[in-house]
Order: sequence, then C-alpha cells, then structure tokens
Amino acid sequence: MDSTSVIVGASLAGVNAARTLRLQGQTGPIVVVDADTARPYDRPPLSKQVLNGEWEPEKILLLTGEEDLNLDFRLGTRAVALDLAARQISLEGPGGATEVAGFDSLVIASGASARRLPDTAGIAGVHVVRTLADSLRLRDELAAGPSRVVVIGAGFIGAEVASSCRKRGLDVTLVEALPLPLERILGPAMGEVCAKVHLENGVDLRLATGVLQLETKVIDGVKRVTGVALSDGTSVAAEVVVVGIGVTLNTEWLEGSGLALDDGVVCDSTLLAAPGVVAAGDIARYPSARFGRMLRIEHWETAITGGEAAARRLLAETNRSEPEIFDPVPWFWSDQYDRKLQLAGRPMPTDECVIVHGSTEEFRFVALYGDGDRLTGVLGMNRPRHVVQLRALFDEGATFSEACERAASL
Amino acid sequence: MEEEWFTSGPPLELCSGKGTVMRIVVDFDLCESNAVCMGIAPEIFEVRDDDFLYVLNENPPESMRAKIVESVQRCPKQAISIAED
Repeated sequence: MDSTSVIVGASLAGVNAARTLRLQGQTGPIVVVDADTARPYDRPPLSKQVLNGEWEPEKILLLTGEEDLNLDFRLGTRAVALDLAARQISLEGPGGATEVAGFDSLVIASGASARRLPDTAGIAGVHVVRTLADSLRLRDELAAGPSRVVVIGAGFIGAEVASSCRKRGLDVTLVEALPLPLERILGPAMGEVCAKVHLENGVDLRLATGVLQLETKVIDGVKRVTGVALSDGTSVAAEVVVVGIGVTLNTEWLEGSGLALDDGVVCDSTLLAAPGVVAAGDIARYPSARFGRMLRIEHWETAITGGEAAARRLLAETNRSEPEIFDPVPWFWSDQYDRKLQLAGRPMPTDECVIVHGSTEEFRFVALYGDGDRLTGVLGMNRPRHVVQLRALFDEGATFSEACERAASL
Repeated sequence: MEEEWFTSGPPLELCSGKGTVMRIVVDFDLCESNAVCMGIAPEIFEVRDDDFLYVLNENPPESMRAKIVESVQRCPKQAISIAED
C-alpha cells in the first residue's frame, strides 16, 4: 500500500491510527498534523501526575525514541479546510504559512479544545487544562502557593484539578452549576457520593451555583484575576481560577466539506465517514448497537481502540476485506484524592442504580446501572477488580438482574 | 523513588526457539491498579482485594503473547513491559 495517509490529530487516537497503519502494511507516507507544537503526549496525567509535579513531560510521551514508525509529523500545524472531491486538505503551519496536502486516505482525530469562559482571554491566573502547555502553566502557578484556587466545573477535570490542589495543601473552592457533581453522567445518587468525596477532602464545594463574572485587577500592567463573583451573591477571592466546563469539538475545518457533522463527525458502525475517510477519538460519533443509540465517547481507551479500528477500516478498504464493527464497552477511570472511580458502560442518569458491593459510606463500592432488565453501567469506587470482572458481562449479554446476582458472588 | 522490578529468571522449559523467553516486568511505581490487564489476561494478572496487582506467572508461555502484548498496550499507565531473557 503506497498511498498517502493524512492523520489530523497527533494525540492518542491519531498516534494509534498511525501506528496501526504502519505496522499493518501501509508503506506510503503517513502525514500526522497537529496544532499542538509538543511531541505527542498522553493527556490523563495532565490533571494528575504532571500537575502535581510528580512527573516530568518526558514521562508522558506517546512515542518513545525507540519506536520508528517513519511518520511525517507536522506539529504546530492546523487543518483549516477539507476538499473531499479533490482529496486535499489545507494546512496552516507555524507563522501562518499555508500548504495543501493531498491524500488517499484521511483519519480525522482532531479531538476537542477546552471551553473557556466568555471574555476571559488574556486574564492572568485563569486556566484550562487540556494541553501539556496548559498543565505546565497551571503547575507553575500552583507551585507558587496561591492562597486559594477556584475551580469552575465539578466534572472529571475539575475534580482531578481540585484533588491535585488539595494534595499540594492549597485551599480550593469548587463551583458547580448543577445541583450535584457528575449527575448527568452518574445520576443523582452517585453524584451525591462524589460531592461527599470532595467535602471529605476539605474542598469548599458550591453546588447549584453559577459564575457571574471574574474579578480582576491590573497589577504591574497585567490584568490578573483576584476572585470570582458567584450567582448566590457571594464572592470568592482567588489568585488562580481553573475552568473545567467541558470541551468544544475541533470540527471547524470540516464545515462545508460535505461530511455529516452532528456533535462530532458522523460515522457508520465501522468509523467510516466517507470513502477513504475515517474518524476516531473524541470527535467520532458512531451508531452503537450495544447501547441502541449514536455514541460519541471522550474516553482514553476509546481513543486507542478507535484509532486502531479506524486505521484497520482504511486497510480493509484497500485490501477489500470485511470491515469490523466498532462497538466496544466504554470504560474510563478518574483519580480523585485517594479514590479511583471507574465506569464501564454508558448509563443514562435516569437509569436504576443499585449498590452491589461495599458501601457508599466507606467510599468503596460497586454500583450497577440498569434500564429495565438491560445492564447499562458498572461503576466502581476503589474496586478495580470488580469493575473489570463485571465489565465482561456486557459481552456475555447478561441482563441487569443476572449482573446483580453475579456481582453478589464476587 | 526506588523502582521495583521482577528479577527472577525463567524456567528452562519455557525458552522459545530463539533462545529467549518472555518475562513480564511491572513498574509498580507506575501501576495504578486500573485492572485493565486483568480484564485481558486474568491468567497472568490479578488485582486483589488489597487493590494491588499481582503477576501470577512472570514467564508466561508463548501462546499467551498476543494477550500480554495487548495488556502492555492497554495499560493506562504503561506500567507493563515485556523483557526477553
């Protein structure tokens, strides 16, 4: 296979797509494009070990020097437009230089960017955590020992950042607009447990509270954040503010390309978005027969398996072999304080939720989610063994009640 | 931090034709007990109730290689590697 592949996105999905293409037979050029200037790296440690100062950036590189996949990296380069008919992609490199690159096959793995609060650009002390540069910038400010950090958004990033701050002994206020953290993902009962974990760890948790505005002051000619005005009328003084309010998908460059965009790049069940064009990682939306709906998964593991599957899809097209269906059991973990949260499956917040092992009081338990008799989720807090064992039940086709029985016997 | 490695040698009968044998190496400073490896190769990896990972067989047979490689690749912390002795 001497054709040229372009991969947009050099993060986990893109790198794994590149590796799979190269190791499974592509001999032609593989061009990997990313707006980030840093060598490809792993993101989960950005809100944990890197932020804590436990790990240096070298430890999170995705490709070590030993692995030579003969990839043509274009870092600091943004994809700006896609011409499907001409099989061309427009790139904007460092310094604004533009270039048009032709491709035979394309992997769309451009991922997402952190959402920011409106009108806060350029205010010193205001952070997001998405890139390595973000993490290192925040790390420097945390190391300086601010008197208080306000974290806006109690999702996974917000919770992990709050946890890292507490580990450094910093005072933290965690502000969440919803009545409970993670309620939209884990449902109200487990959201309440997550709220308690924050409280147990000494976080000043403000639930059902919005942010009115950031308070700023010009110090030595620099506009710096000094506090956050909240919707309950109070104001919290803080030298550092971290915004963790979700992501915006990097799909601008695909608008008008003819690809179907609907909160992601719409793919078929094999991650194919158009002939010779696949998508993977945070950006790919695909039909899941397992969960009976379209899914777009922002998990670490899905970025790997999706990147690999997308590459195999392209190879199948070339080899005219039968493409495989992509429908894994989603799984992720989040480390908060001394607790490890793991979720397998994809529950709806309204699904039934039953504790099948341990207790929420000791913050060590397994909960199962069910919709009718369909098993939809396995949640563990400091129960990795049970989560991995119960995750297998999805592939065994176990019903919710069978899963509950099985869990009781573990 | 001091790194902890498995160092015991392979039983002779496990040596492959190339004169090497696969040895599983876990960096326990990196391991976070996510138990992904246990999901892939429960014959080899076991996370117990103490939340620690135990390697049940440091020198697995060649027939297990695909599963071990998958465990290495899927480890969220890249804590597992294969040494060829």
